Amino acid sequence: MATYQEFIQQNEDRDGVRFSWNLWPSSRLEATRLVVPVSCLFTPLKERPDLPPVQYEPVLCSRANCKAVLNPLCQVDFRAKIWACNFCFQRNPFPPSYAGISEVNQPAELMPQFSTIEYIVQRGPTPPLIFLYVVDTCLEEEDLQALKESLQMSLSLLPPNALVGLITFGRMVQVHELSCEGIAKSYVFRGTKDLSSKQIQVGGDKGRPPQPENAGVFVFITRFLQPVHRVDMNLTDLLGELQRDPWPVPQGKRPLRSTGVALSVAVGLLEGTFPNTGARVMLFIGGPPTQGPGMVVGDELKTPIRSWHDIQKDNARHLKKATKYYEAMANRSAVNGHCIDIYACALDQTGLLEMKCLSNLTGGHIVMGDSFNTSLFKQTFQRVFSKDYNGDFRMAFGGVLEVKEMGIGGTSQWKVCGINPSTTLALYFEVVNQHNAPVPQGGRGVIQFVTQYQHSNTQRRIRVTTIARNWADAQSQIQHIESSFDQEASAVLMARLGVFRAESEEGPDVLRWLDRQLIRLCQKFGQFNKDDPTSFKLSESLSLYPQFMFHLRRSPFLQVFNNSPDESSYYRHHFVRQDLTQSLIMIQPILYSYSFHGPPEPVLLDSSSILPDRILLMDTFFQLVIYHGETIAQWRKAGYQEMAEYENFKQLLLAPLDDAQEILQTRFPMPRYIDTEHGGSQARFLLSKVNPSQTHNNLYAWGQVLRGAPILTDDVSLQVFMDHLKKLAVSSSA
Amino acid sequence: GLLLVKIEKMLPATRHSLAEFSLLTLLFYIFTLFLYFLFCPVLHNLLDKLLNVKQASDMPAVQKSRHRIDPDAIPSPIQVIEDDRAKCTEPFNTGVRGQVPPLVTTNFQAKDQGNASPRFVRCTAYNVPCTADMAKQSQVPLAAVIKPLATLPPDETPPYLVDHGEAGPVRCNRCKAYMCPYMQFIEGGRRFQCGFCSCVTEVPPHYFQHLDHTGKRVDCYDRPELSLGSYEFVATVDYCKNNKIPQPPAFIFLIDVSYNAVKSGMVNIVCQELKTLLDYLPRENPEMDSVVRVGFVTYNKVLHFYNVKASLAQPQMLVVSDVSDMFVPLLDGFLVNVNESRLVIESLLDQIPEMFADTRETETVFGPVIQAGLEALKAADCSGKLFVFHTSLPIAEAPGKLKNREDKKLVGTDKEKSLFQPQVGFYNTLAKECVAQGCCVDLFLFPNQYVDVATLGVVPVSTGGSIYKYTYFQAQSDTERFLNDLRRDIQKLVGFDAVMRVRTSTGIRATDFFGSFFMSNTTDVELAGLDCDKAITVEFKHDDKLSEETGALMQCAVLYTSCSGQRRLRVHNMAVNCCSQLADLYRNCETDTIINFFSKYAFRGLLNNPTKAVRDTLINQCAQILACYRKNCASPSSAGQLILPECMKLLPVYLNCVLKSDVLMPGADVSLDDRAYLRQLISGMDVTESHIFFYPRLLPLTKLESGSLPMAVRDSEERLSKGGVYLLETGLHLFLWVGASVQQELLLNIFGTQSFSQIDPSLTSLPVLDNPFSQRLRDIIESFRAQRSRYMKLMVVKQEDKAELIFRHFLVEDKSVSGGASYVDFLCHMHKEIRQLLS
Repeated sequence: MATYQEFIQQNEDRDGVRFSWNLWPSSRLEATRLVVPVSCLFTPLKERPDLPPVQYEPVLCSRANCKAVLNPLCQVDFRAKIWACNFCFQRNPFPPSYAGISEVNQPAELMPQFSTIEYIVQRGPTPPLIFLYVVDTCLEEEDLQALKESLQMSLSLLPPNALVGLITFGRMVQVHELSCEGIAKSYVFRGTKDLSSKQIQVGGDKGRPPQPENAGVFVFITRFLQPVHRVDMNLTDLLGELQRDPWPVPQGKRPLRSTGVALSVAVGLLEGTFPNTGARVMLFIGGPPTQGPGMVVGDELKTPIRSWHDIQKDNARHLKKATKYYEAMANRSAVNGHCIDIYACALDQTGLLEMKCLSNLTGGHIVMGDSFNTSLFKQTFQRVFSKDYNGDFRMAFGGVLEVKEMGIGGTSQWKVCGINPSTTLALYFEVVNQHNAPVPQGGRGVIQFVTQYQHSNTQRRIRVTTIARNWADAQSQIQHIESSFDQEASAVLMARLGVFRAESEEGPDVLRWLDRQLIRLCQKFGQFNKDDPTSFKLSESLSLYPQFMFHLRRSPFLQVFNNSPDESSYYRHHFVRQDLTQSLIMIQPILYSYSFHGPPEPVLLDSSSILPDRILLMDTFFQLVIYHGETIAQWRKAGYQEMAEYENFKQLLLAPLDDAQEILQTRFPMPRYIDTEHGGSQARFLLSKVNPSQTHNNLYAWGQVLRGAPILTDDVSLQVFMDHLKKLAVSSSA
Repeated sequence: GLLLVKIEKMLPATRHSLAEFSLLTLLFYIFTLFLYFLFCPVLHNLLDKLLNVKQASDMPAVQKSRHRIDPDAIPSPIQVIEDDRAKCTEPFNTGVRGQVPPLVTTNFQAKDQGNASPRFVRCTAYNVPCTADMAKQSQVPLAAVIKPLATLPPDETPPYLVDHGEAGPVRCNRCKAYMCPYMQFIEGGRRFQCGFCSCVTEVPPHYFQHLDHTGKRVDCYDRPELSLGSYEFVATVDYCKNNKIPQPPAFIFLIDVSYNAVKSGMVNIVCQELKTLLDYLPRENPEMDSVVRVGFVTYNKVLHFYNVKASLAQPQMLVVSDVSDMFVPLLDGFLVNVNESRLVIESLLDQIPEMFADTRETETVFGPVIQAGLEALKAADCSGKLFVFHTSLPIAEAPGKLKNREDKKLVGTDKEKSLFQPQVGFYNTLAKECVAQGCCVDLFLFPNQYVDVATLGVVPVSTGGSIYKYTYFQAQSDTERFLNDLRRDIQKLVGFDAVMRVRTSTGIRATDFFGSFFMSNTTDVELAGLDCDKAITVEFKHDDKLSEETGALMQCAVLYTSCSGQRRLRVHNMAVNCCSQLADLYRNCETDTIINFFSKYAFRGLLNNPTKAVRDTLINQCAQILACYRKNCASPSSAGQLILPECMKLLPVYLNCVLKSDVLMPGADVSLDDRAYLRQLISGMDVTESHIFFYPRLLPLTKLESGSLPMAVRDSEERLSKGGVYLLETGLHLFLWVGASVQQELLLNIFGTQSFSQIDPSLTSLPVLDNPFSQRLRDIIESFRAQRSRYMKLMVVKQEDKAELIFRHFLVEDKSVSGGASYVDFLCHMHKEIRQLLS
């Protein structure tokens, strides 16, 4: 049998699934004792170029409350043309169309390599995709100009039959009519008054009898949502003529921004016209909502927007109300399968903390930048419309994930709405069998993930992934279980739990909880003599786990110091949706070192890696930092790279840039690119991430030759952390 | 001289007891009505046949037999008018205190010599009783009808503009009266004593001037405010709202685009006309472009605002569907300069009719429409005028939503008054807000059914605006009238955000005001807009004794923003005599003004009193006036004789006209909307307009001379000759009555047809024929129209045609179908009332 490493990799490649434990404990108590819950990271729409979708409907178990999909793990009686459901054991006859099957003539869904299979289903006419732009006009002139250009550009990226709509807002909210003839029309709503969905529809459906052309296939096409191919000229002009919000902003005031009402109009419009259709609301904001429902801060500049400090002091006046407002909206949107993106570009906070649920609950993107006039925004926005190997958008709509488990729980269903190929969900399972009635030995636990979604080419699709793991008795097979531990997946899964807790609990409580879990895990699986920290040892399958936890504790996902509430929300938003690799980068950034001494190499994320004659490239997912060591920086300043004789130096300087470029090209959202050097102010991005093994506190105490760069911090280093952990793990009193 | 009407000779019935008189009269009434209703056409034919043989004079003999009073023997309005015309040969100098000016029907030139011209101010009495008791005894109302921005004929000088510099107009320290000819300079010119309150005020150094030997300032005749009755001051920033020089005003056009509005053609007509009309926005200097900015809104159940910014290639429409809480969706580009945005505006006006050509929306809102205009003016921080073109009862869900409450059954009951009151309080509140912003509303109505003018009119009436009503509007026949009204309404001189204050000398006080305005306290008349056609009637009461020596003074000051955006004060001064003899009062009063006052007083009374009570009060007061005269002034004569003062000899006939008006005595075919409309219309009328409205001008057209008009005849069927053609003018309508046996020459000259039957009764204008008669007649019609503030549509009435009923309604000396008494009957009735009072 292959190693667990290989097994895990193979599973991830084929099914997009990574489990914390690849052998499952057979009872609830045992599961609890493992500390890290039985859970998995699942990427529902993992890109599988090698997996052509099949053009028929899945075969479902006939039991009404089961409806599991026929899969390779089912027992099949080819002669009787009967299959047994591996979830409820119901024996099901095959449908008539399967009459020709036999051992040598099996349908795809029975073949082991199709543990993940995608069905294209035909269910009536497929509605086109909908893109509804909701644009803040309280922007600086050049920001608005840049945004307008980006929006105009995006029109060319949309499929021609997609429906587009435009809502602009400032002090008022304007819904633009996109029909082609005559005067440009828009419906205007006051930004201070919440409108019911009905009012919006009433407002919209007035004034003119339905046009016969609209009475065709899609009865619901309104004049606010029109096919791109019909209105792109119009819309381009409309965007071109878009002006900054004309209402004067007095000195000492913020512009009045009716984000809440604008969203409510957008959500209401889609709700009324295209429920349960793939739709994307794209909200572009350049500042916080300052009036009406969902207001985050008042328009007085002398009152600053809430900080973590205010929140902890319960001093954030609008926080609860606004959050509640946006949550209600997010829920409405989710019910209808519409997703909401937020593109927030401003130097100050924009209220992401309150609004994050809009994207989190609907599977939308959050992109945060300083200005719309930056390549960060422009490229990221363009990447929203990136296409896959088939030329289809890397986005799917109206996703519904259903999970069927055997022996663990019943069926659960979640609405994900917007999904893209990298969307990765963490699922936590519970073993329901009591300790005295464990799952019988030698059996296999089966889990089936059924993801229904609307593909970006408007097809309705169902992707089914069925996986199985062996049950193990925790008493006798603890070694096996230990070796089935996936520490990378577990670190991410525990981190997600931590982030989840951090949303509702105080920061220190979360850290304490995380520490306790780590200590318990070490106690459970570490090998040590009681009260002897030096004897502590972890097996290979757990060896990296504490280090992940160390970096997680320092990460912006759990530390709010130096981050605004908006930034924290932003980081957390991305953390809980990226796949395992990206998540690990976020927890523990990767550091490459470039020097004349050899090819680029990954180095420890440690202050000792910061050396004068090196160039470092750090990838934290959100930032890409290129750091030139002291000597390199001096050489570069002296301009050696310009001289022909120092061509090699030029090459050295270019090497990290090329590597960075590669990452910049592919990542969504595009990371912030930082080029800095020893002593540069931006070097803080690197210094705050590395393990502070050398600080001003221990610099001279070691009496060694200085290698690396001391960090001015009181944070504990990994060494101290580990020492402490060992002490606690072996302590008999803990 | 006095006019003695010897009743005994003419009406034997008066000799009988009271009971007999009533019985006889009653029987006669019943008989006439019976004939009228049942045999009207038949009767006419019969009578005509008889008459054709017998008729010797142009007076139908049979009429004489009906009333045994010779109508020629009772006071004739035509005679009074003609006498006054004949008397008036020289310009009227306003300098003589207590002098009664020529009648409104007389053409005269006024020369301002220290009192306001009668074109600006007319009083009921030019000799005011010295004491309150005297005034009460006489019951003659003391009132002035003021038309502050009246247009003057070309041969009269408009008020001069006076600038007293940075300190503003010189005023009395105590009562704040403005510098005027009644200020007495003392102490060598260093101080002046106020003619109103007697307070002595220092003359500001920059205004100092020496006095001559008579005590007059030597610059007296160089300064309008020292020598004239009417003039204007330039107001300083202290006189501006929020101490800010006002922005130029704006005109906002709000056009109903519901189904009815589009179908009737109104939308198209308005849009087409506005394209040219926008070049004629009011301006003070004809050389300059108007500074008035314009904005456009269309609406049905929702409102559409238009961005017509000059930089746009196409106008943009912004729809506001949430009408419950109105707001203006745009700032920049809504109110624009016509010249800068001309192309965009023209494109918009071309597209509006197209855009709504297929509309099926029938419901409209109204409250939010005015709110929208108001909010737009607020946002632009200026005053202005809204032109609302509206068709139907606003039943769509919105603030100010109305329901149909027209209930003919209530007419004549005590509940009738509620029909004149607004249905909801919303519009009163809204009107108040409009006035505060200087937002005047002109309402053009195009109803096909009840629209509740009483309620819709609240805002226009309270803001100094006008209501125009085109019932059953049809593009073909009504366009001319509507467009002429619209043109005039847009072009006419208008002031904004005005406050009028009437100050009086001690002993007398302005107590009541009638007209289109709003008052938040008892002294300041607030007018969001004030145009050259609006008149305000002010009633005065004594609060002390007056002296014959000083007379009574009145100063009316109107602070307003001119259409060029300048803040100004227009001052009209008026001094009248005070008398201790009642005879002086009766000798120097003006019946036309009294009627103007009475009509406004009565029409306002309708809001709170049953119609019958209002009518009775009027009759009673007039009877008291005349009885008081009889008792105190007339030479002794027998009790059966009706004696009327010369100046008031038309009071009964005119009063009867007021009592018979559609407002106070509606016929079956008069709608509630019509009555509410007339009621509101009259509240802003000046004496000229109210005179012609109550006693229309009836001109026989048999012979027309160039240069002079034919002499009018009295408004009675008796005066009409079957062989003639008559023109009747009411100020609102023009009728051309054609007798059944009209001379063929007249037919040919006027209509170009051979026979009576060929006349097309649907004609709204006369054919242009190449003969002097036709030319002259059309000129007369044109000149009549030019004199009136509203365009009079011409209606051709053929004798014995159905339409004649409408025409006859205006023959006010006759009995009316709705039960109004004839002049003769009413005179008898008044006589009876007076006798009762005297006995």
